[in-house]
Parts: sequence; C-alpha cells; structure tokens
Amino acid sequence: MPHTKRRRLVTTVVAVSLGATALAACGSSDDSKADSGPVNLTFWSWAPGMDKVVDLWNRGQGKKDQITVTFKKQASGDTLVTKILTAHKAKSGPDLVQAEYQALPTLVSNGAVADIAKEIGDARSDFADGVWQQVTLGTDAVYAVPQDIGPMMFYYRADLFKKYGLTVPTTWDEFAGTARALKKKAPDVDLTTFSANDSGLFAGLAQQAGAKWWTTSGDKWKVAIDDAATQKVARFWGGLVKEGAIDNQPMYTPAWNKALDTGKQIAWVSAVWAPGTLTTAAPDTKGKWAMAPLPQWSASENVTGSWGGSSTAVTTDSKHQAAAAEFAAWLNTDGDALNALAKESGIYPAATNAQTSGAFTSPPEYFSNQADFYTEAAKIAKTTAPSAWGPNVNVAYTSFNDAFGAAAKNKSDFVTALRTMQDATVADMKKQGFEVSR
Amino acid sequence: MSSLAVRKTAPAAGTTPGTAQGPPLRRRVALLPTITLLLGAVYTLLPVAWVVIASTKSGSELFSTFTFLPGTGFAGNLKDLNAYRDGIYWRWMGNSALYAGLGALLSTGVSAVSGYALATYRFKGREPIFNVLLAGVLMPPIILAVPQYLLLAKAGLADSYLSVLLPQVLSPYGVYLSRVYATAAVPSDVVEAGRMDGAGEWRIFTRIAMPMMIPGMVTVFLFQFVAVWNNFLLPYIMLSDDEKFPLTLGLYTLLAQGSNQPALYTLVITGAFLAVLPLIALFLVIQRFWSLDLLSGAVKS
Repeated sequence: MPHTKRRRLVTTVVAVSLGATALAACGSSDDSKADSGPVNLTFWSWAPGMDKVVDLWNRGQGKKDQITVTFKKQASGDTLVTKILTAHKAKSGPDLVQAEYQALPTLVSNGAVADIAKEIGDARSDFADGVWQQVTLGTDAVYAVPQDIGPMMFYYRADLFKKYGLTVPTTWDEFAGTARALKKKAPDVDLTTFSANDSGLFAGLAQQAGAKWWTTSGDKWKVAIDDAATQKVARFWGGLVKEGAIDNQPMYTPAWNKALDTGKQIAWVSAVWAPGTLTTAAPDTKGKWAMAPLPQWSASENVTGSWGGSSTAVTTDSKHQAAAAEFAAWLNTDGDALNALAKESGIYPAATNAQTSGAFTSPPEYFSNQADFYTEAAKIAKTTAPSAWGPNVNVAYTSFNDAFGAAAKNKSDFVTALRTMQDATVADMKKQGFEVSR
Repeated sequence: MSSLAVRKTAPAAGTTPGTAQGPPLRRRVALLPTITLLLGAVYTLLPVAWVVIASTKSGSELFSTFTFLPGTGFAGNLKDLNAYRDGIYWRWMGNSALYAGLGALLSTGVSAVSGYALATYRFKGREPIFNVLLAGVLMPPIILAVPQYLLLAKAGLADSYLSVLLPQVLSPYGVYLSRVYATAAVPSDVVEAGRMDGAGEWRIFTRIAMPMMIPGMVTVFLFQFVAVWNNFLLPYIMLSDDEKFPLTLGLYTLLAQGSNQPALYTLVITGAFLAVLPLIALFLVIQRFWSLDLLSGAVKS
C-alpha cells in the first residue's frame, strides 16, 4: 500500500502523544479466560467484505457455541497498529485484531496481543512452516493465526516481451540483462521501476536474498538491515537505476498507472495480490499480462520473499481469550470461512489447502489467459523464505522511504541509504529501551 | 525628443490632469493586487476543479485520460458509492452533519456565554482564566486527542457519539473570539441600561447582548463547523465502529483497504466531491448574517 504522508503524520502524532502519556503503564493480566454463557467479541479488521464472513460465523458455529462476533471495519496500515496500542493503554481494545506480520513484534513487545498457543488446538498443521514462524516469532508462543500471505512473483507483459524478443528472466543477472536489452531496442520503454514508496517490496526482496533484519539472541536484539544479503540487493537495484536501465519513479501514482497501461513499463515485481492492483492500474491491458516465479540469485535456488499478508490476533484486553482464539482459528482454517474470505475479501489464504481449492481453482479474471495461475502461485508460496520482523518495523520503513526515496531520485548510492536505514532503526530501538547488540 | 517632452508635460500642467494621467495610473496600481488575487484564486480553486472533474471519470478513465477532460462516469460513480456497503456513505455524511452541526452549535453557545461573561463582568481571576484560554488557542487540538481518548475511555465513553462531540464543545478560539467581539459590540452602557430597567442578567444576555453578538457567533459557528467537518485525528482515535465514522474517516478506510485490495479511488473522489457541497451551501446561506450588524450599533457616540 502506498505510504501516504498523511498516514505517516497521523502515526507520528499519535506515537509522540503516546510517548508523552508515559509508556510506564504495564499490562496487568487478570486471568479471566474462563468462559460461561454467551460471549460477545469485537473484531477490528480492514478486509472488505469481512462483515459477511463474520455473519457466517454468527449464524453457524458461533450460534452453537454462543460466541457472537461484531466486526468493526478499520483502515489498514501503521496507523491501525498505533490505534490498537492507544486502545490498549486505555484497556479498551477490541477482542480480536487483524495485524500485518511485520506489526506483530510491535504489538507483542507492547503487551497488546495474547499468547494463544493453548487455545488454538491443531491449527498449526494447516500452515507452511515459514508462514507459521511469522506468528510465533521463533518462540513457543503463538501470537496470531495466519490469514493471508503475499508470496512475491514476477509479472510481465507477455505480448510485449514477445514483441521486443525478450525471454522471462529466471535469475537476477538475466533480469538486468533483460532490462538492458529492452533499453537498446526501445529507449523510451522501461522494464520496470525501482520504487521507494513501499518498503514492503524491498523487505521482501531482501528476505529472498536471505536477509534476516531482526533476530534475537538471549535478551538482546540484533539488527542486520545492512547485512551482506541486503547490501547485495541494494547494490543490484541501485546499479540498475544509476545506469538508467530501469526507471526510478515511485509506484501507485497516476503516472505509474499510465506507464503500465500504455506499455511504457512492461514488468512489475510484485506479489500474489497483483491482479487486484493491475485491474485498477492498467485496466486496458487485461489478459496481456503473465506471471512467473521471481528471478533467483543463483540458478540452483528456488526461493521467494513475501510482500504483505496479515494475521488474526487476540488482544490481552480481551476478557474471553479462549473464545476469541476459537474464532481466529475458525476464520483462517475452516473451509467455508476461507472460501468466503477469498470471495468477499479477495485475500490469498495462508492455509495451504485453501490455496488450490474453492475460489482458487480458476485464475483471477485479469489473468484469464493463464489458466494455471493459482496452481503456480501455490507452488511459489511453498518456497517463501522465512522472515524476521522486529519491534520497530515502522521506523525502519519510514527511514527506507526517506533514504531510498532520495537515493532513487538522485541515482546515488543505495548502500549508503541502507546504512542510514540501519542506523535509524538501531537508534530508535535503543531509545525505546531495547538492548541491541551489533 | 523635445516635442515629446512638451507633449508629455503639457497636460500635467494644463487644466485636466486627471483625464490624461489618472486612469493609467489607477489601473497600474490595481494590476498587482488583481494578479495576486487571481493567482490565489487559481491556487485554491484548481484542486477543487480537479475533484469536480475527476469525480466524473470512471475507474478506467481516471488515470488514463487528460486530467482536466471531463469523463463519462459520474452517474456510475454515484451508483457505486450509493451501493458500497448498502449506502454507508450517507450514514457517514449524516454522522458528519451531526458532529459538525450539533458540535458547532453547542460550541458556539458555550463560547458566546463565556466570551460575554469575560467581557462584561469584572471578577477575581478573570485575567488568569482568559490567559489560560489564550494558551489553549496556541495548543493544537491534535496534541490533546490521545489524552482525551484515555480520559473518555476511562469514563466508558470511547467509541460513542459523545466521545467525538464532547471534546469539540469547548473551543478556546471560539471563547477568545467571542470575548473580543462582545467587548467591541456590547457597550457597557447598554448592559447598565438593562439593569436599570430591572432585567435579570440572563435576560440581558439573551435579549440584549446576544442579538448584538450574532455576527461574531456566526463566525464562531462557521469556524467550528468547518473544523469539525474536516477533523480526522480525534474521530480516528475515538471511534472503532464504522457506523459512527464521519466522512473523513470513512473515505480514509476506502483508501486503505490492505495490500491485496485496490484502493477505491473513484469512490473516494466522488465522496470527497459530495462532502464539499454541504460546506459550500452552508457558507452561501450563512454569509448574509455576517455583514448584518457589523456597522449598526446600539449607542451613538
């Protein structure tokens, strides 16, 4: 999602004010998990159509178990995390929240989401290891149930690739070669752009290269945003931008939409949800695009990163954590629920079985020309590299937007920008009182 | 050379200086302000024009056709907006009208009473109270949003209509404006005369002072109405139920739908366009109260 200025402003303002009202108030956990009689739960989520899925629960399983869920639609993104934390300070948070994977460590370190390892039963078996690891944060606890994932893929204009005589790159070296070859054949056409306005993309690319930005050892955090793997990725894209082989304009702008729609940019490194974005960004080129696995760093590898995706977490404010966990597990593992989620909310499910059944037996409308779209997608999803998120992803992301935004615009050194991002992240963690080892 | 100089100086020295030099001179003086004002008008109206034109474009036209070329999708956009989650947009519109209308009305009432009291009565602590209020004017309301949330959550009022209405009722700026206006518009002679005739203080305020303060109160009402109508952060923090959202917040949720969903640009733009209309209507209707009493006074001096 585009990280708008306004959203960032709101986040900053709320964060600053929150800091002013003292972070000292620690959560006192009273054990009122025992449920008896009818239970009412509130659920904050931004997924469109989630009300219909919640209805399904309230009419079926929920009615049987006397658990009624009220859905309250929210706006997605960093601001929601801040809002949850604000509500948590006042002990008036909802019972269930939708949380992006990279936001979970922030919520956990603020004591806002509960460990539901005991309550969710055998839900674990429905998910791939890499996905599950994102909700356990590598511990024995379980902080959420995975909902949707965003395995990254390579999208390209099949017709224009043919026209310019290009082949689909399978390694990043080939990718660079393709970009250069295209520049030679059609100087005013770009293969793609390096956009610095969505940090999720860069994080996913680094993840594919094997980067682990946040790790813990003992009580200490280790921040490795400028590790060798990420430097490799930064150098690669920085080089392409510098030599002019690809564009340096941001994504999600009207100009970008136009470039995609008119064939001025003929490829996009994106994730499984790209069909939805392309439908509005490039409506005239429907049926002309194709999807392929992400190029690899070496021909023998087969990994991808993830960009986006979210989970359902139970808050520590909830007085009915067991009931809430039951709903979270149902929502993300039950066949009917996942089918409804796919149909109403357009999500790509994290649960492995759901990726090839129901709504995913036929390709998305925009990709009607690629019949095996979702079979391919499920295969790619299995190769997702594990991710490692930390407690201040938002700070790292903001720093990315600023440093890489400037670097892309000036075509300057990306590795320097990466160092800025590392330093800003470490400084913020220390300020927040985390122990950081280097 | 010399003839030119003569011709030039002749009229100035002659009988009708105004006809020859007056008009060009006056026009040159007026040119700069006019250009400045025109630039200002273009600067403020261009985005409005963009919204108006963009709201007529269908999803496929929005980013592909020329920016200021009207599209063909206005009816379709309206229909989509109307259909989105069973017309929740109109509910947001109603909520905004409630928050802004009732909030501004209450706020104007409170401001008028307190402004009048601060202006007419001399009592201990009047200046400190006024100075604290002045400090409140300097305090951006954004800073107060989170503490207000924590307070109202403690009172069990979070996520209710009251949680958005209450914090907006006391507007330091409104009180300040009312005091300044009351000082200027309500002469102490008139208040004294009322007392002499045996009217109670409340009667003096409602029957004599308030009519004189109406232009000032209209200003406070408009300021407050626009401020609440455009407010984002306070309702954002207070409300979690989108049935209670005002327009600003509702439209924001349409934009931030998560990464797997395209942002509903056409709906947001059409919604923003419709959201401006009530404000324009309000200004046009209320404008006439403004100039009404500015020149007329109760006492001749």
